[in-house]
Amino acid sequence: MRIPYRPLAIGLVTLAFSALVLARAQAGDRHFFAPVADPVVKEECGSCHLAFAPSMLPARSWQRMMGELDNHFGDNASLDAATAEKITSYLVANAGDAGGQRYSSKLLKGVAAGAAPQRITELPKWVSEHRKVPDWEWRHKEVRTKANCVACHTAAEQGSYDE
Amino acid sequence: MKNMLVVTSGIVAMILSTATLAGPREDLLAQYAAAAKATGFSAARGQALHTQSFSGGKPDTPSCTTCHGKDTRGAGRALTGKTIEPVAASVTPTRYTDPAKVEKWFKRNCAEVLGRECTPQEKGDWLTFVIGQ
Repeated sequence: MRIPYRPLAIGLVTLAFSALVLARAQAGDRHFFAPVADPVVKEECGSCHLAFAPSMLPARSWQRMMGELDNHFGDNASLDAATAEKITSYLVANAGDAGGQRYSSKLLKGVAAGAAPQRITELPKWVSEHRKVPDWEWRHKEVRTKANCVACHTAAEQGSYDE
Repeated sequence: MKNMLVVTSGIVAMILSTATLAGPREDLLAQYAAAAKATGFSAARGQALHTQSFSGGKPDTPSCTTCHGKDTRGAGRALTGKTIEPVAASVTPTRYTDPAKVEKWFKRNCAEVLGRECTPQEKGDWLTFVIGQ
């Protein structure tokens, strides 16, 4: 019997390579974005949607957003001035460009220096990370919107965005 | 006949005594009553408001039940996918105990669903409805 060395070798190399990539993906590249810890911020920013991690946007994005709460993605989410100010300072202090945020520089890659993006889901890195998610999955009744992180990232509220 | 009178007055007395035991909910209702110059609130009117479809607000939220669901004792769901605790006070007892929070949500939700502010009468009716649920 002739042993098909070449196809066998190719197969083994492919398998080894996949195993390596998989192991790296599991061990090293954890996508962690610290969840909101402040109870007021959690309440005010987390009643209608997940209280998005402040480290997912730069400080200037949060500043702009907090100044336009009367038209918050089409809704009037205005707050009293004192609460708004408190929330703004928390978001700014913990923003993606505030320093010490391990994964933010990756997520914010490609954002222009002066830009204040408002949707996390429009960040270039976010778009490329989710490019393989098919349209029907976004439209699924358990998902409905790209802002519904927890539909797929079940530990998003704990800050983990691993698959 | 006499028995029935006794029972009725007993019920009336009970209602009155709970009304005078002023908690935050009762205070809130009293405020709305004063503002509305209302003779009383009606859970039935509150229910009608809750389930009715409006055209003045945002097209994707025509009714309270769009997000809160048809069952007051069941969880609702915001358009973002986020779960909303049941509106029925019996299921979510922490509800309607913080007047500022109640006002905040009336302001937001009435604007979205009705396209205007709710009147004190409507607020009182709706609260009476969900507190009794």
